[in-house]
Amino acid sequence: MPGGFRRRCRGASGLGDVAIAEARDGVKAQAAAEAAARRSYGKLVAFLAARTRDVAAAEDALADAFAAALAHWPEAGVPEKPEAWLLVAARRKLADAARRHRTAIASASHLRLVAEELNAVSEETPVSDERLRLMFACAHPAIDEGVRAPLILQAILGFDAQAIGSAFLVSPAAMGQRLVRAKSRIKEAGIPFRLPEASDLPERLEAVLDAVYAAFAEGWSDPAGTETRRRDLAEEAIWLGRLLVSLMPDEPEARGLLALMLYAEARRASRRSADGGYVPLAQQDPRRWDQAMIDEAEALLLEASRGGRTGRFQLEAAVQSAHVIRRKSGSADWAAIVALYEALQDLTGSPVVAINRAVAIAEIDGPTAGLAALDAIGDDARLATYQPYWAARAGLLGRTGAIAEADAAYERAIGLETDPAVRRFLQERREML
Amino acid sequence: MKYMLLIYGEEAIDAARSKAENEQRMGAYMAYTKAMHEAGILVDGNRLKPTSAGSTVRVASGKSKVLDGPYADTKEQLGGYYMIDVPDLDQAIAWAAKCPGASGGAVEVRPVWEM
Repeated sequence: MPGGFRRRCRGASGLGDVAIAEARDGVKAQAAAEAAARRSYGKLVAFLAARTRDVAAAEDALADAFAAALAHWPEAGVPEKPEAWLLVAARRKLADAARRHRTAIASASHLRLVAEELNAVSEETPVSDERLRLMFACAHPAIDEGVRAPLILQAILGFDAQAIGSAFLVSPAAMGQRLVRAKSRIKEAGIPFRLPEASDLPERLEAVLDAVYAAFAEGWSDPAGTETRRRDLAEEAIWLGRLLVSLMPDEPEARGLLALMLYAEARRASRRSADGGYVPLAQQDPRRWDQAMIDEAEALLLEASRGGRTGRFQLEAAVQSAHVIRRKSGSADWAAIVALYEALQDLTGSPVVAINRAVAIAEIDGPTAGLAALDAIGDDARLATYQPYWAARAGLLGRTGAIAEADAAYERAIGLETDPAVRRFLQERREML
Repeated sequence: MKYMLLIYGEEAIDAARSKAENEQRMGAYMAYTKAMHEAGILVDGNRLKPTSAGSTVRVASGKSKVLDGPYADTKEQLGGYYMIDVPDLDQAIAWAAKCPGASGGAVEVRPVWEM
């Protein structure tokens, strides 16, 4: 999954007019070099920044080394110890930079610090994996919540501000500024690169998992799969989820998050009909779901449940499990879904959860009961511009026969929708009233 | 901050739409406008007639010259606008993304120079 990486480190350019077979080998070599570099990228940033707390300097020191690797490795082959190669290359580049910028005062002290760090390593130095510490620093409570996911994407995966901004619907310039500010905050505010104390761990871990999930959600929100950047983002988030499971094998919530993302990813293609129309979950053909991905998610959730500590992500993944059981039993387990949403609501107090719970209640006790559950949260001001609330309301009102009210609710939902296929779907529903 | 959302699209595509497609699009725009209104951020907004109805005026050496048609011949033309008042660019971008014209066309988000 070299998605984001390529964008930051401009590597070897075109292959020129070589024979097709050679070109294919070249592409393969390029991909192998990229994959190796990519596996090393976050590890090296984390390794360097863990000591200096200077993420930006670590990234700068490595950027040229990665460009050199992508130019060199496809031909020469990936070295036996790619990380050591990259560190040595970074050290050389940094020494060059230090010579050139001897008079530049502002960055001199950082450069020296990073240079000392790099000088201390040789090709024999084992590069310890500090990525988990780096992720905890990026998702620290002192870092603005909205920038945590972008920061992790940049520091661990090497995404540039342009790609992140475009995926999160923020202008690249603004995203770049936020990332710079956040990195400077890590350094200046003294945010530690360490695993939180046991007493803080659940809350701090949730922030890390939230950030990864936010990245996934941005990627998932491109249902048509036309925006490569967004689709990539979902894959990258799953990659980060796997990384977290491997780094924290005893943490059930990390498994819960990975399971949740896999359940969702498994249904990606079935959200659209052949002609591009929106297909709601209840009408999706289970045969179009990715069965292997669902099986993996089920196994992860089962393993997580053996940890004995439940949490938000395991509960959300369990909701997905109760939905996809339809592939075997023919219907979703609505009673389980209502119970799970109730547990989630106790845990999070989220109005989004409350909406889902209301919809599930309507499946069991009918639309009037569902509407009553929606009414109970109706005075939350955030819902006024929240499309799913109005869409849920419209659907339930339509089923009770309150046509005029349903029509008005559909209109609000349509006005708040970003996705043209969903907008069309809602308009069709509105016309069918 | 005030932002102008400038909606660009291909007039040829607009002209080729069926009646049903046009009605659907009108409905989407009405719902979008209403959502902005209810969020309390809408300052103004209008649909423009096609560039074939437009004229471009220049004054050079004290003489005004009028040309038929748009200022610039581009693939996509300015077809309408909204003026909104929101706290920051991210919110302006979020509203621009909801605009029916953003799918298939483009919406330029320009901050207004407040005097």
